[in-house]
Amino acid sequence: MNVLGFADDNLILAQRLSEWVAAAPDLELDIAVANIALDHLGVARALLTHFGDLEGKGRTEDDLAMFRSERELTNLLICEQPNGDFGQTIARQLLFDSYQVGLWEKLAGSPDEVLAAVASKALLEARYHWQHSATWTERLGRGTEESNRRMQSGLVALARYVDEMFDEHQDLRRGFDERLTPVLDESRLVLPKDPFPRRGGRRGMHTEHLGHLLAKMQSLARAYPGVQW
Amino acid sequence: MVTTATTLSPHQLLDQVMDPELPFLSIADLGILRGVETVGTRVRVTITPTYSGCPAMDAIRKDIESMLDSHGYQPEVVLSRAPAWTTDDLSPRARDLLQQHGFAPPQPDHSVGCPRCADGPARVVSRFGSTACKALMVCGSCGEPFDLFKELR
Ligand SMILES: [Zn+2]
Repeated sequence: MNVLGFADDNLILAQRLSEWVAAAPDLELDIAVANIALDHLGVARALLTHFGDLEGKGRTEDDLAMFRSERELTNLLICEQPNGDFGQTIARQLLFDSYQVGLWEKLAGSPDEVLAAVASKALLEARYHWQHSATWTERLGRGTEESNRRMQSGLVALARYVDEMFDEHQDLRRGFDERLTPVLDESRLVLPKDPFPRRGGRRGMHTEHLGHLLAKMQSLARAYPGVQW
Repeated sequence: MVTTATTLSPHQLLDQVMDPELPFLSIADLGILRGVETVGTRVRVTITPTYSGCPAMDAIRKDIESMLDSHGYQPEVVLSRAPAWTTDDLSPRARDLLQQHGFAPPQPDHSVGCPRCADGPARVVSRFGSTACKALMVCGSCGEPFDLFKELR
């Protein structure tokens, strides 16, 4: 199983989400986003540590998070996409949560015991994240013409990154559709089929956004290696 | 610190280690204390996180270490993730203590009565509260805002 890929998805999404802290539409959302980001970061830390153990070269979670370059990161492209407006962020979260609930369900039965333990824990959290995303999708989709338009544009912008999530796990597509479609229908939204899906994250081929994210995320650790506070 | 072990057992000492975010709840009542093995003065304590990213875990680990260390034990704290912690692991006493401190104990589907007036219905203000384990509610009857200890299972 691709432990590093799963770790990177959670690491990069946590960093993206944390950009909303102190900038979300209201205080409650600020706190919600920070909580969700923390869950993803906790999963990333556990899996990076586990990958370091499996690799056996003595690399720690910090080495792996802070001292790999863009081409060495293996997250899915959807995780690095900019937050955009709040509608686009919720679109990304709904798509990713709908995928990740199924992924953790599957990995909870992995023969890799550490991975299975992380997955069983993360599954409970991912379901809760999904509920939050679904609630907000409905609120935006059925809210005003403007909120529906923004959420719909978010889905259009992200549609091209959906197929990549299932390249390694075709079996998760059906559960994804079953989680996603009723919410979108209820919210008067559609996920369009993009004729030119983008992929490559797992091979280190990223969109232009990841480099900027890493520049911020890694700057302190690189300027002061080994820094603690 | 090197002293001889006191008469308090590791279990008794660990009963005094509280969750830093809910300081009226011991880690045993919270259900995150998974095991205590004592050999002489060496104590191996196993804990599990409530949430994957729970920022209190490091503080809890240090609190356990200093509590045991200051009573002459040599602690080792181990983190175990399986089986995953759920709110079913809260002790009955934890539920009472939550109620007494103005929190609503975990309920299915966030359906919950107000801890002040016991009237309802309360509605969800935010599914995420001031810490990972809480949601923010408001009573539809008396208007009191309160924290719900989120159900996780
Ligand atoms: Zn009330």
